[in-house]
Amino acid sequence: MDPRMYLLVSSVLFSLGVLSVLLRRGAIVILMGVELMLNAANLAFLTFARIQGTAEGQIYVFFVMTLAAAEAAVGLAIVIAIFRLRETTDVDEVSLMKW
Amino acid sequence: METLAFFVLSVLAVAAALVVLTHRNEVICALGLAFNLVALAGFYFLLGAQFIGLLQLIVYAGAIMVLILFVVMLLNLGEERYPRRRQWIHPWLAPVATLVFAGVLGGVLWQVELEPLPASDPAFGTVEQVGLDLFGRYFYPFEVISLLLIVAMVGAVVMAKRRL
Repeated sequence: MDPRMYLLVSSVLFSLGVLSVLLRRGAIVILMGVELMLNAANLAFLTFARIQGTAEGQIYVFFVMTLAAAEAAVGLAIVIAIFRLRETTDVDEVSLMKW
Repeated sequence: METLAFFVLSVLAVAAALVVLTHRNEVICALGLAFNLVALAGFYFLLGAQFIGLLQLIVYAGAIMVLILFVVMLLNLGEERYPRRRQWIHPWLAPVATLVFAGVLGGVLWQVELEPLPASDPAFGTVEQVGLDLFGRYFYPFEVISLLLIVAMVGAVVMAKRRL
């Protein structure tokens, strides 16, 4: 199996994540897009780890997963706080800090 | 066999990501993301990283997905029905920019000269291999990341709670 195929799938998934961050306006779906991107990066990490045969890439994936859990917890808490204030999760409505 | 599994998994993963991108109902989006995460766990098993694959199933497809679904259902958003106005980016500029980005990314990755995957080594991806390095050379990063988890937990409680 050509390892470049794995990298190709990873870049397709990453681009879909970028697209859902750019196009969608629900804050939760934007967070899901970020999760898609993190997972695509994980797939690339593991492909290279397999080529090297070492544990390094796997440990980076472990750290990225922990980071994703922290990001999801804080991000969703922010979404809940915004929803309480504005009754919406539309990111275009939350433009107080935009000039 | 491996090739067949690879293509089935990639079709599943990309289709699930497309569901996340396009579906208007956020619950369906979350389920699409869960499908995508399980397909990626399949990729990890295919690559021989059993420990990371199991972590993906438990932490990602289990814990993080429950958190996201819980918030989606708590807020009871239903369908995305925002009025179509005030887009900060022109509607078709984003797809074009992403296509250019994907082309560059895929093109560069395709030009990397890589040997074909070596035959699977039974020691690769085991808890032993990952754990020895995690608590050996990567001990301090491990401690820092656990500190980060505590900070994130406290921050999430502070922000989401109505009154402390």
